[in-house]
Amino acid sequence: MADYLLALVQTAVLLALAPLLTGIIRKLKAWMQSRRGPPIFQPYLDLAKLMRKGSVVSQDASWLTSLTPYVCLASMVVAALLVPAFVTESFGFLGDLIVLVYLFAMARFFMALAALDAGSTFGGMGSSREMLVSSLIEPAILLSFFTVALLTGTTSLVSVTSLLATSGASLIGPALLLAFAAFFIAILAENARIPIDNPSTHLELTMIHEAMLLEYSGKDLALMEYSSMVKLTLFITIAWSAFLPWGVATQVTAPDLALGVIIFLVKLLALALVIAIIESSMAKLRLFRLPNLLTGAFILAFLAVMSYFVL
Amino acid sequence: MIALGAIATTAALVTARKERLCIQLSFGISAVAAIMGLLTSISVFLEGDLTFEFIAFPFLGPFVIAIDPLAALFLASISIVGLAAAIYSLGYVPQFIGKYSIVKFCALFPIFLISMAMVVASSNVLLFLIFWELMSLSSYLLVAYEHKEEGAASAAWLYFVMAHLGTACIAACLLYLSYASGSLDFHQIALYAGQGMTELARSSAFLLALVGFGAKAGIVPLHVWLPQAHPTAPSNVSALMSGVMVKLAVYMLIRTAFQFLHVDILWWGLLTLFIGSLTALIGVLYAIAEKDVKRALAFSTVENVGVILIALGAAMVFYAQDMLQLAALALVACLLHVLFHSLFKSLLFLAAGSVVHATGTKDMERMGGLAKRMRYTSLLFFVGALSISAIPPFNGFVSEWLIFQSLLLSYTIQDVTVNLLMAIALGMLALTGALAAACFVRIFGSVFLARPRSEVAKQAKEANRGMLLAMSILAVLCLLTGVLSAQIIPFVDQASADIVGVSIGSQITDGWVLEVNGGEVSSVSPILLAALLGLMIPFAFLLVRSLGGRTTRAKGDTWDCGTPLSPRNEYTPTGHSQPILRIFNPLYRSKSSFTFDPSSSPYSKQKMGYSSSIPKLFEAYLYEPVARAILGVAKRASVIQAGSVQRYLAYIFAALVILLLVFR
Repeated sequence: MADYLLALVQTAVLLALAPLLTGIIRKLKAWMQSRRGPPIFQPYLDLAKLMRKGSVVSQDASWLTSLTPYVCLASMVVAALLVPAFVTESFGFLGDLIVLVYLFAMARFFMALAALDAGSTFGGMGSSREMLVSSLIEPAILLSFFTVALLTGTTSLVSVTSLLATSGASLIGPALLLAFAAFFIAILAENARIPIDNPSTHLELTMIHEAMLLEYSGKDLALMEYSSMVKLTLFITIAWSAFLPWGVATQVTAPDLALGVIIFLVKLLALALVIAIIESSMAKLRLFRLPNLLTGAFILAFLAVMSYFVL
Repeated sequence: MIALGAIATTAALVTARKERLCIQLSFGISAVAAIMGLLTSISVFLEGDLTFEFIAFPFLGPFVIAIDPLAALFLASISIVGLAAAIYSLGYVPQFIGKYSIVKFCALFPIFLISMAMVVASSNVLLFLIFWELMSLSSYLLVAYEHKEEGAASAAWLYFVMAHLGTACIAACLLYLSYASGSLDFHQIALYAGQGMTELARSSAFLLALVGFGAKAGIVPLHVWLPQAHPTAPSNVSALMSGVMVKLAVYMLIRTAFQFLHVDILWWGLLTLFIGSLTALIGVLYAIAEKDVKRALAFSTVENVGVILIALGAAMVFYAQDMLQLAALALVACLLHVLFHSLFKSLLFLAAGSVVHATGTKDMERMGGLAKRMRYTSLLFFVGALSISAIPPFNGFVSEWLIFQSLLLSYTIQDVTVNLLMAIALGMLALTGALAAACFVRIFGSVFLARPRSEVAKQAKEANRGMLLAMSILAVLCLLTGVLSAQIIPFVDQASADIVGVSIGSQITDGWVLEVNGGEVSSVSPILLAALLGLMIPFAFLLVRSLGGRTTRAKGDTWDCGTPLSPRNEYTPTGHSQPILRIFNPLYRSKSSFTFDPSSSPYSKQKMGYSSSIPKLFEAYLYEPVARAILGVAKRASVIQAGSVQRYLAYIFAALVILLLVFR
């Protein structure tokens, strides 16, 4: 029972930290661009403000538009239950890495449809492009997950994390690193980051993710924004837990847990810094340049699988 | 059940004059027959095989009708879909009154249904071939039913030719096997066929079966008839064809490969795996490009047949390597996908049928906004779309999860080539799955969401109660079979255990959890996921309402940049899939062109046009050359047919002399 309590605490931490992580990335980007930037707690304030605002719903929209924010939130919360962050306890029997991919697919499926619902050109554009990006990146994610599944003999994320974390550094090889690289591209693609999409733009013709949220306002928008923040946090956490989990607490003792939490925070910050550097130093790619990058991720993941068998 | 089918047909013929009565009797009795079929298959699962013998022709030995668990599984899927299609027909068929012959439809429908049931029940080569042919013919006539529609005749003709090419291969394969084993009985063939045959003979028998049944199942490149014929048939028939009929080919392929030929050659499985991957990818790519809603669904059937063959191929590879546990796992995954696909694809076809019925068009460009006008139909279609896109906890997700697991466990095979081929198949499956989601976002979005793009879509009315009831049955089953999959798998396992010889039902289910063991346990619990998601949504709703206080929720216009939006501002299905088309263009070779009105100045175009078309590559590069070659040979050969009786007599005489010389 205590195990599950710990897992719940872990999920709660992930859910609570999500806006902070977004705030930190924004702050880091601002520093790199010689701006002061908003305070790191600004996303919490934004969400709180949106929760108090009324919303306008398009008169062309159907039941789907009202349902989608709740489905997105629910799928992210359930996904958060499955991801070990600083301790290898979670509700892993509920679902494995494949389930995680499909939970994200669920949120995306609803979001892409809700984007079409109001009949706005921008929504359609976002929906169409999102499905393009996702259909190219999803195979890369699955293949990179299969690489770690091959290394550990299981697709259960908790088992993967604890097996890798207890097995010493001998497993770090080309397979693991290639898979991590593929998954890193997937983080950028799935979370609408530069160079795939620009999270801070509202320049009409280039946006993907923002275009899908264009018709949302008030509480609905708060839910959608919060879901994407949780998604980013989850992806970064999964990147560490599934590929390079060293430092996570595999035993429930106070020193291990404390170390696990500290290392987890450092890891989050590290990838946040990398994302901020990429976003400050690169421009967004043209839409039809994207397939090169995305299939690149697929090929990296495939090379990872190959190197497992061949090397 | 046969008797009921016969009664339904006769009733239809007798009541020919009273069309409404005819419809009610025919489909009512068909529904009862379907329920009987379902009860039969349940009794097989609970009490064991049913066998029934009768002697029709003394010199051919007894005809055996036997229903083992594998047959019972397919019988169950025929019955469920048949039941739904029959109920649906009560509300759907009356639209044809006055346009087409009602009697014909009411007589053919039960024949089609019963012949499918008998195909799985027959345990004798001749009996099987008779019902297989009856199934092909009755469905051919049903495809040609709306013969006044454009293209119906040619689609039916193409189907007719391809079905009979397939039947020829199947007949050759089965008759050869029965020759080798000295019996027409399936049971005897299973016991003796493998022994006396050389490796070459067995491989060619397998190839014949793969081509023959593949033609029926719609494997690439033999799929060309499927996207023509399935959408052309009335929607209740399309549901049966796509949902069930193509699976019967898979059924016999499993029987032939495992029971008759005892898959012991590795490359059979690898070939099946390769064809499956190719079929899945080509199917989904064409589904994404299609504007006709029913044809897009038909291409998606091609895709799913590919997915089923990937699982079947994996099972064959494992079996050939004597890894029976894994073979059983892959076969369970394959059979589950067969069963689940029959549920969601028939649901989608029936819902698409309602839409086509309400709007009078199959063109998605002319739909839109139907979620408000056909609220229930849109919800039911949505359930089908979620299932087919493998969104948890719906049923498509469960079978896809198991297929991924069984492909992944191929790493235990000690053969790098096989490992890499399996990994490629896995990548293809992942790509296919992601593209299928894109495809169904596009279909659902352009049919049901946004504003109506034509007058007919604006006037659309909700489907009637019979149709909604039939679809609701299937939709509820799509959710339940997914959520309760741990409870269904033991039955499917019974069917696969009969084939592979190893039962793994108790290993992959643990209460409410599905588990696969590859050293460490990987698990998923669809029912708990469903419960969590189901609880989370209302909980989030209540939480959000209380956070931040009550707020207003107003109706307003979609953001329009200051110019009033018309349906022309929406994304159309063509626009939605354009990026994917452009990226995969080397595979499509699509042609698009812009036209400008020459009278206007080059800087301000008054009139612009855009057209794009996707050539039918397989028809153009594969079938046409073959057809041309056959016609050419026929033309040459026609030289000897001069039309004079004396010459023909001379030919006969010459042939006789040669035969006498050879077989003296």
